[in-house]
Order: sequence, then C-alpha cells, then structure tokens
Amino acid sequence: MKKLLIGTAICLAAMSPAVTPAAMAQEISACLITKTDTNPFFVKMKEGAEAKAAELGITLKSFAGRIDGDHETQVAAIETCIADGASGILITASDTSAIVQSVQQARDAGLLVIALDTPLNPIDAADATFATDNFLAGELIGKWAAGKLGDEAANARIALLNLGISQPTVDVLRNQGFLQGFGIDLADPNKWGDETDPRIVGHDVTAGNEEGGREAMENLLVKDPTINVVHTINEPSAAGAYEALKSFGRENDVLIVSVDGGCPGVANVKDGVIGATSQQYPLQMAALGVEAIKDWADNGTKPEPTEGKDFVDTGVKLVTDEPVEGVESIDTTEGEALCWG
Amino acid sequence: MSNQTETDGGLVTRAEAIASFEHQHTALSRIQHALHSNPALVPLIVLVLSTAVFGALLGTKFFSSFALTLILQQVAIVGIVGAAQSLVILTAGIDLSVGAIMVLSSVIMGQFTFRLGLPPAVAVACGLAIGTFIGFVNGWLVARIKLPPFIVTLGMWQIALASNFLYSGNETIRAQDIEASAPLLQFFGQSISVGGAVFTYGVIFFILLVLVLAYILRHTAWGRHVYAVGDDPEAAELSGVNTKRILISVYALSGLICAFAGWALIGRIGSVSPTSGQFSNIESITAVVIGGISLFGGRGSILGMFFGALIVGVFSLGLRLLGADAQWTYLLIGVLIIGAVAVDQWIRKVSA
Repeated sequence: MKKLLIGTAICLAAMSPAVTPAAMAQEISACLITKTDTNPFFVKMKEGAEAKAAELGITLKSFAGRIDGDHETQVAAIETCIADGASGILITASDTSAIVQSVQQARDAGLLVIALDTPLNPIDAADATFATDNFLAGELIGKWAAGKLGDEAANARIALLNLGISQPTVDVLRNQGFLQGFGIDLADPNKWGDETDPRIVGHDVTAGNEEGGREAMENLLVKDPTINVVHTINEPSAAGAYEALKSFGRENDVLIVSVDGGCPGVANVKDGVIGATSQQYPLQMAALGVEAIKDWADNGTKPEPTEGKDFVDTGVKLVTDEPVEGVESIDTTEGEALCWG
Repeated sequence: MSNQTETDGGLVTRAEAIASFEHQHTALSRIQHALHSNPALVPLIVLVLSTAVFGALLGTKFFSSFALTLILQQVAIVGIVGAAQSLVILTAGIDLSVGAIMVLSSVIMGQFTFRLGLPPAVAVACGLAIGTFIGFVNGWLVARIKLPPFIVTLGMWQIALASNFLYSGNETIRAQDIEASAPLLQFFGQSISVGGAVFTYGVIFFILLVLVLAYILRHTAWGRHVYAVGDDPEAAELSGVNTKRILISVYALSGLICAFAGWALIGRIGSVSPTSGQFSNIESITAVVIGGISLFGGRGSILGMFFGALIVGVFSLGLRLLGADAQWTYLLIGVLIIGAVAVDQWIRKVSA
C-alpha cells in the first residue's frame, strides 16, 4: 500500500511541472510536520503557520508525531504530503539523521523542504533551515550571568542542567554557548562535559521537565552546596531547579538562567525565579516557512540563509528585568507580549 | 498469566510442604529457607550493602542524614505509585496505567482549581475520585469482562495520557500561582526537619502508606484474599473468596493511590505539569521487581517494594556523586532487575 502511494506520488510529482504556475496559484498547499502536537512550542508554531497560510490563501495540512522521537509517523506524514501534491513541507524532525531519506524523496518529487527549529543531519539535507541560533541563545544568558556577578564571576560555582545523555544538538549548543558567554574554555565545542574549568561543579540531565530539573539540581547541590549559578536547558527544568533550591533554603542567592521564552517562563523571570531567559520565536519560524513555500510555488525561488550562518536565523532576545551593561535585553513586559505557550 | 504457570506455582507449594519433613541443615538451605519466609530480606540486604559501599566511598557527603533523607524524597513518588503497582502485581496482574492516572489526577486537581474556580479541597477530592474511578474501570474490565490486565491497562494508559494532554492543553500551572491561591495543592511539599534530616509530607505519606498496606495485606481477610487470588484464583474461588470483588477493589485502590501520588507530585515539583511521570509505570515495576515481588502473583511483600525503590534511589544518587555517567545507573539497575528475578527463582526451589 505504501509503495503504491509513493509510486502514485512520484507519478503525480513528475507530472506537476507540466502544469503552469498560474493554474496552480489557487491551489498551493503546504504541510507542517511537528514532533508532537502537545508541546506549546509546536502548538504556537502551528498557530503561526495556520495564520500565515490563511493570509496567503494556502491550504495547510498539519501532522505530528505522538511523542518526541516518534520517527515513523513523520515518515508516513512526508509520504502523505508527497501523495497529496503539496508544494512544500515544514518539518521539525524527531530523528534528524533517519528522516533524511524521506526528505530526499520529497525533494526529488519537487517539494521544497524546510527544517524548522531543528536542523537535519547534515543540515543541507533540507532546502533551508529556519531556526533559533541556540548557541547565541546560550551565549546571551552566559554573558548576562557573568555580567550580573561582576568580579565574583571568577569564583562562580556553576551547575549545568542539560537535556539528555545523548547530547542532542540543541542541548550542546545552548550549554556550550552559555559557557562561552560566561568566559569558560569549551575544549571540544561539539560536546558538553569535557571542560576542565574548576568553576564548573557538574553537569546533570533533566529530560527538560520539572521533575528532572528538581532531581538534577538536588544531586548537584549534594555534590557541592556552594553552587551559585545554574544554567538550565529550558524553563520547566528551571522551575524544577528552583523548587530544589527552595528546599535547600538557597532560592534567594542563586542565579538561574534558561532558554525558551514560553509564557510561564517569562512569568517566572518577572517573579525573580529565573534571572534571565533567551526567548525564541516559533511563530515567526512557521510564518516565514509558509511564505518561503509560497515563493517556491509561485516563482521557484528558495530562501537564502542568514549571512555567515548555514540557516535562516529567526532571532533570539534576552528577557530580564535586571539588564546588564553590554548585553542587549528586553524587559518582561515586552517578553510577555512576544511569549508563546 | 497462563494456566501453566499457575500449575507450576501450585506444584512448588505442595513440594515445599513435603520437603519440610526432611531435615536438611546445610547453611545454604537455611539461608534459602530464611529468604523464602521473608521475601523482603534480599532487597533489604542489597539496600544496606549498597548504602554502606557508597557511604565508604563518598564519606559524609553521602552518609549524612540530609543526603539519605533526600533519597527518600527522590523516590517517594515512584514509591507511592509502586505501592499501587505492588497490589496489582500481587494479584498476578500488571498496571501500565499508573503513571498516566497519576498525571491526569494532578492535572484535574490543578485545572479544577484554576480553570473552573473550585475550592482546592473540592478539586483535590475530584482528582482522587477520578483516579479511583479509572482504577475501578480497569478492575471491572479485568474481573468482569475477563480481559488480560496487560491489555486493559495498556489501553487505559493511552486513554488517560491522551485525556491528560487534551484536557490540559499541555498547560503548566506555575508553582508561584499555586502558592498564592491554592497552597493546599502543594500540601505534600511541606516538610519537617529533625537535625539534618528533612522529611517532606510526601515522604511521610509514602512511609505510612507502605506500613498500613503491609499490615492490611498480612493481617486482614481482604489482604490474605489478595494473595490467594494472585496465587491460585480457582482455589480461592472454591474456598469462598469473591475473586471478582477482590480484583475490582485492588484496581480501584490502585487508582486511588495513584491519584494521591499525583497530589504528592504537585508538592514535589511545585507546579502542575502534564508532561511529568512519563516513565512512572516502568519505574514502579522496576521497584516492585527489585523488591522481590513475583510477577506471577501471590508472592512478595510490599516492604520489599519499599526497599526496591530505595535501592534505585541509592544507586542513582551514589553514582552521580561519584561522577559516573548517568547511563551507568541504568546499566546497574538492569543488572539488579535480572539479579532479583534470578534470586527469586532460586528461592522458589527451597524444596530442593
């Protein structure tokens, strides 16, 4: 059945260039494939794509994996989109290497494939990548933390709460960006955990949720109760870390920094739970992606990457109510207006 | 499980009775016998040994009342869910939906308070009631419709998890909002400290729950019936046990305990987060198995599960403090699981 579908799809795709662009203008369709449809980040992404598609008169079909890591559903979704004769696909891949083959099928069939948020492996497997510069996101909070501590930064005791042991790209980029921003030698910038700076107390993993954040923070606090700077992979893990610090009576003298810019996270910055967070813009990613597919369908142009990068940077801003000199930031009121989820 | 296994279990039990006539007093057989009559002994020994080894390696950093009670805090949620899992496994069932029931209940407690504006006490009661109801449905399907527990709870796991995501919209309720307007939800997060030791109400609830269940299982008719149903349902039926009612009550109680775990979870992480507890079912089964409770039902003690959960906590914290990669924790827990079942099999041969 699958083979039949793909076969049909390839036939259709082979025929489609024969149809004049003018005739197709009314029927441009695009697909959005996300990791899950429960994570607010992807919910916002879908909203952005839907709004933009409605504005441009494009039919948008959305697909999502059941859980993060659900690769097969995404493959099936790509096959469906090819069969459906879509002009392009926006995808946040669960398995960035394995998906490449299916993406190639789609590209061969004449679809524009844009990776959103998560670059494929290799990054040029997609026609373009629209993403947050996660290294920069980390660097901003690192610089902010160093600036906030001032001279004390030389004696900082740093805990790093990461995503997972498999060290996904986004995890490494944020972690290493933070350390670079703080002024710590990275050793190999492609992995975390190999730094030798004595200011680092340790790394632990959180799975990106409150439970994991709390447990990881507890583990590191037992290892060294003098921790005073905490880098967290995202805001839920930061909230968990804060609960752990509270149970140790340390909530008022430890700096927590994070990345994401979700609405609960920004509210936590406002309440002083998180010192500063780097905000990313999923809505923007999706909207730009839909526009790119329209350009492709209308006149066959592909989006150009941001200068000096191998992807289209959709922007990142530091949100904090305690700005530090030399680090550009917005306050929480502005952050709340731009937040997602 | 299959009839084959039940027959095997029956044969072993009968063989033991005959063996007791003979007088074998080798050291090994005595140990075997002691372990057979006290199923919680093996996990207790492993727990004491591992605590001692990590204590020797890490010194006061690990071997302090603070760190040791921290382990209790870290395992309390899995432990409470493990208590529910123990009950079900004692009846030769399995409950894959425990974690999903827990999260759904906590989301209901949170959302009923914040979205519907109910008083927190009412919202908590609703959460507990819904947890119990889901457990009751599981039990009804297992006992009345005669569906295998694995299938029923596999389905219920998906249903409860999906309901959780659909109802919550994956919205997290922040700790600060709960603290301001509904502190009751964080009840189990409060703590008392004695010297360096910190006991959260969640930990105290966990310990009390285990003690109460241990008493009930050992000393009440209902408790003995749970074992009887797990050991040999037909024999139990013939001797006048209402097996259907026992099964339904076990699953419903399991649902109620999971709902309490959901309440305790809010205390632990401060917020109401629909993405928590994704692996609670597997982690609770791990605690139960390491605790020496037989997956074939009818054998084991809930105290064993308590020690089993603590063993996992001791290894996790100890290895992290030693600076080991977190993968080593999972590897060693894997070894413990297989080791525990192997020991269980050996003890069953007590007749030899």
